[in-house]
Amino acid sequence: MSAKGERTSRQSKRAPASQAAAARRGQGHFGPPGLVGTGEKAKNFKGSFRRLLGQLRPERKVLVVVVLLAAVAVSCQVGAPKVLAKATDAIFGGAISRQINHYAGDVWTKDQVVQQLEADGQHDRAQMVASLDLRPGKGVDFGYVGRIVIIVTAIYLLSSLFAWLQGFLMAGIVQRTVYRLRRDVDAKVARLPLAFFDGRARGDILSRLTNDIDNIQQTMQQVLTQIISSFLTIIGVLGLMFWISPLLAVISLVVLPVSAGLAMLIAKRSQKQFALQWERTGDLNGHVEEMFTGHNIVKIFGRQNEAIAVFDDQNAELFDASFRAQFISGIIMPVMMFVSNLNYVAVCVLGGLRVASGTMSIGDVTAFIQYVQQFGQPITQVASVANVLQSAVASAERVFEMLDEAEESPDPVKSAVLREVAGRITFENVSFRYVPDTPLIDNLNLDVLPGQTVAIVGPTGAGKTTLVNLLMRFYEIDGGTIAIDGVDTRSMARSELRHLFGMVLQDAWLFSGTIRDNIAYGREGATQEQIQAAAEAAHVHHFARTLPEGYDTKMEEDSTNISQGERQLLTIARAFLADPQILILDEATSSVDTRTEVLIQRAMARLLKGRTSFVIAHRLSTIRDADVILVMNQGAIVEQGTHQELLCNRGFYYDLYNSQFAEAAIDVC
Amino acid sequence: MKTLLSKYLLPFWRSIAVIVVLLLVQAVANLYLPTLNAKIINNGIIPGDTGYIGTTGGYMLLVAVLQTACAIMSTYIAARTAMSFGRNVRGSLFRKVESFSQAEVNKFGTPSLITRGTNDVQQVQMMLVLGLSLLIFAPMMAIGGIIMALRQDRPLSISLAVILPIMVAFLVVVIRMAIPLFKNMQKKVDRINQVMRETLTGVRVIRAFARDKYEERRFEEANQDLTKIGLNVMRLFAVMFPTLFGILNLAVVGIMFFGAYRIDSENMEFGSLTAFISYVMQILFSVLMATMLSAFIPRAAASATRIQEVLDVVPGIADPDEPAPTPDLTDALRGLVEFKDVEFRYPGAEDAVLSRISFKALPGQTTAIVGSTGSGKSTLISLIPRLYDVTSGSIEIDGRDIRMMNRAELWQHIGFVPQKAFLFSGTVASNLRYGKEDATEEELWHALDIAQGIEFVQAMPDGLDEPIAQGGTSVSGGQRQRLAIARALVKNADVYIFDDSLSALDFKTDSLLRAALKREVRDSTIIVVAQRVSSIMHADQIIVLDEGTIVGLGTHQDLLQTCETYQEIVYSQLSAEEAA
Repeated sequence: MSAKGERTSRQSKRAPASQAAAARRGQGHFGPPGLVGTGEKAKNFKGSFRRLLGQLRPERKVLVVVVLLAAVAVSCQVGAPKVLAKATDAIFGGAISRQINHYAGDVWTKDQVVQQLEADGQHDRAQMVASLDLRPGKGVDFGYVGRIVIIVTAIYLLSSLFAWLQGFLMAGIVQRTVYRLRRDVDAKVARLPLAFFDGRARGDILSRLTNDIDNIQQTMQQVLTQIISSFLTIIGVLGLMFWISPLLAVISLVVLPVSAGLAMLIAKRSQKQFALQWERTGDLNGHVEEMFTGHNIVKIFGRQNEAIAVFDDQNAELFDASFRAQFISGIIMPVMMFVSNLNYVAVCVLGGLRVASGTMSIGDVTAFIQYVQQFGQPITQVASVANVLQSAVASAERVFEMLDEAEESPDPVKSAVLREVAGRITFENVSFRYVPDTPLIDNLNLDVLPGQTVAIVGPTGAGKTTLVNLLMRFYEIDGGTIAIDGVDTRSMARSELRHLFGMVLQDAWLFSGTIRDNIAYGREGATQEQIQAAAEAAHVHHFARTLPEGYDTKMEEDSTNISQGERQLLTIARAFLADPQILILDEATSSVDTRTEVLIQRAMARLLKGRTSFVIAHRLSTIRDADVILVMNQGAIVEQGTHQELLCNRGFYYDLYNSQFAEAAIDVC
Repeated sequence: MKTLLSKYLLPFWRSIAVIVVLLLVQAVANLYLPTLNAKIINNGIIPGDTGYIGTTGGYMLLVAVLQTACAIMSTYIAARTAMSFGRNVRGSLFRKVESFSQAEVNKFGTPSLITRGTNDVQQVQMMLVLGLSLLIFAPMMAIGGIIMALRQDRPLSISLAVILPIMVAFLVVVIRMAIPLFKNMQKKVDRINQVMRETLTGVRVIRAFARDKYEERRFEEANQDLTKIGLNVMRLFAVMFPTLFGILNLAVVGIMFFGAYRIDSENMEFGSLTAFISYVMQILFSVLMATMLSAFIPRAAASATRIQEVLDVVPGIADPDEPAPTPDLTDALRGLVEFKDVEFRYPGAEDAVLSRISFKALPGQTTAIVGSTGSGKSTLISLIPRLYDVTSGSIEIDGRDIRMMNRAELWQHIGFVPQKAFLFSGTVASNLRYGKEDATEEELWHALDIAQGIEFVQAMPDGLDEPIAQGGTSVSGGQRQRLAIARALVKNADVYIFDDSLSALDFKTDSLLRAALKREVRDSTIIVVAQRVSSIMHADQIIVLDEGTIVGLGTHQDLLQTCETYQEIVYSQLSAEEAA
């Protein structure tokens, strides 16, 4: 009953991992829940499975209690029919006594009846009657039946009570375990170096954090709550079956592997079909998404008929696969039922024969029939666990992989603290590389005085953010030192260091919350006045006021309620509020309308004033006025100097400048 | 839901009838087994007739085989029917959306249309699988069970009148409690995923502002919320199942006790008691099943409604009944676009997005459109390929009202480069050939040459056969844009429309591309929307839009003198000497 809403296939093709995960949860598909996994396998099933079990370790005391409770509940549940059989026998005996009363009057004793029957040649019947607790002349012994009924009622109530307690505790175990797993993973995310995030598709990480954990949770809920009782039920039922009638029990035992084998066989086959169905659903959804997203292009380029033809093909293929998957998984139930019915018939016939011959009581036969019927479900469940577990363990493995990633180096025990920051930054012999064999920055020396502006320029993809990464210690340098006011950045705790910086990135990241929350992000515990002052300085105040709910307007994740330029202004306001001595700025190139553009420029200029700043520059004015320009290409710093110097060098910068700002090239040398 | 089902299930009425019959046979078989068992007891065991026990056992076996055969057959037909239904609905939906104009697409939004076409159809299909099996079967079993129970012993059947309401009431209460819990749980799941997503996308900002602790708190809160509600859901089930089984078990015990009186007074045979208990179990399980399953119906119905909404749309833009004849023009003259007092407003909107728009764009010339965000530039050009229809006035191409042309023909005239370059999965070549399937490689290279794409395509390992991922995510933004431009050029159209397509390119590439266009595309009409003044200042005519009306029309030099809005735009981007 997983109530998954509307949020599925949008990103299916773009993030294959999340698509697979969506498929893993069987979202939107219907198969017998829990019977069919996805056939996805873990690389190291044993190890990961053990580790997943290890997650339950803090709960082991409760688990023991749960098992005990389950044992009591199952014993009661399984034992009750056997007790009830006594009542059945008493009723049967009463019924036969009544019959015999008609046949012989109420004066005969049991022995006389048996003798008479033997004399009539009804040997079998005589045997049966002999085995009964006959009460000639009377009927059913209601006192006895009543006592049994009260006992059985009590047993059943007890069983329900214990089952309930067990479920209650188990809920806690599962939820707490998953809670801890989520917490660990989140804490891990905070400790992972940025390199981890930059080197992987966001969709993949996200899928591990969300879908995989969901999958683990659902499997735990399903498996843990069922498996213990199922397992105990199988044992208990088998035990009682043997107690009642070894012969019938053996017959049922033959049926057991047959039905378990059949269930697994069918599940395996349908698993393949489901995998195929998911694959084709992915293909079809991918096509639908592509065609709907490119709707206008499809039309203007006159490709509608082709789009429909492709769709029809894929649709037919999907039909094929899903029909098969549905059918094969759909016959698990009837087949299991058939096996169970075979068992039922066998018990009815053989049991009937044995009752007739007096070697078994009727109550035991009816109890046995109940056991046979109780038997099917736990077997199906236990058989299906293997499939379900496989997908959960694969999920767990992915989560564990993430938990095992190397973390950032720990902060120094005694962190250097800068009280009054002037903002002088020195790079001394700094070298750095992302990939061990390709040095990017070698022996960089740079002395930035308080209040100076460093412009970083270069073509797209030149690695302009590398320097920012090093300054903020998103990445660690391989050699040399970076110092702020003479203090080595590595001697500071990362958070201390980062507090010195303000950052405005091109990718204006807002989180879901109000405009106020988003500005206040710049400084913990900011007052309303401070927020408004920052908003005014960044020209946010005006547009925030024009929104229906002002500063309390909620930002949506992909906020469409404010423009790209306005987002940019918000992040500038954030930086204003943080009021750092050192700034890192990424000038936007994205298309922002002219008026907002003017506002952004003004706000940025104001923000830069009096602060040491590193600007990833796209504007002529910024570049020309910078104190130092670092020219980057293919990840490395290729030139360094002032605008004038670099132009006169006629090197890479000269070319770059002329190509990017063709209309504005003015020879300065 | 009704309309959707009745329309798309009607063709399958025969299959459905067969399914119903098969399910009926199954139900009867299912119900017959306990009766046979009772017969074994009454006529076999009690009189000690072992032969009877054997033959009846044989019958039971036959019944079981028949039942299984029917079950497999009905599963087969039901799976086939439900999946065919899904296939057909998906097909209709896709065709419908393909016939939509931009206005209709906007009404739903692309993501919503995708969901409706995929998820919602699956929801309904899944419901149908249930519907064609358990939802028909369960009531049959319940009713059949009641009939059989009555046949076994009427007075004892009164017990059903007590047990059934208790169980249904209990189920209804549980479901009533469960549905809001599930909804709430979904919200919490969404919330925690949202926080996670934000933590990941904002990882730099979070660290830059050293707000890890704050994020941790946010996550902790979401995590605890989710855990709490998850606990409630699981606990509800922890109560539900033992209680249900408790009810069932106590029902059996109770029936046994009262049955004993019926037997003792010889109003009922002993075998009938076991049969009766079997029936009660079957009835209760069927009711349980039906109630649980019907909890799924509202969700499927909501999906069906959402599908129906799409199917019900009558596309507002259609081909004319009698298209105007194609004028006989030489190539050089084709492509004259004329706006005649055009007004456009979105359906239901109070204010027009565009009004009093009149201009001519001539073949061989470049017409540029500038204006701030929201001034209506993109809307204006989307009127030309009839993505929207004008609400008054008209647009003519070569003297023909575009509404009097078949759209296929209209689109043939137009080469369109959208703002967001969208490439299809395939190869570079398959994308370039999108508008002209039989284009030769030479034509492709020529188009790439103009679009400044030769260099990077040649540098790709597979050249023209380089695979392209959906949306074109495998190439950079600038490359994507150039491929989209080349794709339009391959079409060899009379009218080219560039919707702010040049801004992703650097200045140098931009100017080279414009120069190449001017050189190579001499006869066509070019209409360019742009943000960057430098890319349009050399256009033959520039249209300045502000709040949906034309506030300036002329060359760069003219407008610099006369148009205030234009000046404002220019000076925000260029210094005075650069602009001159």
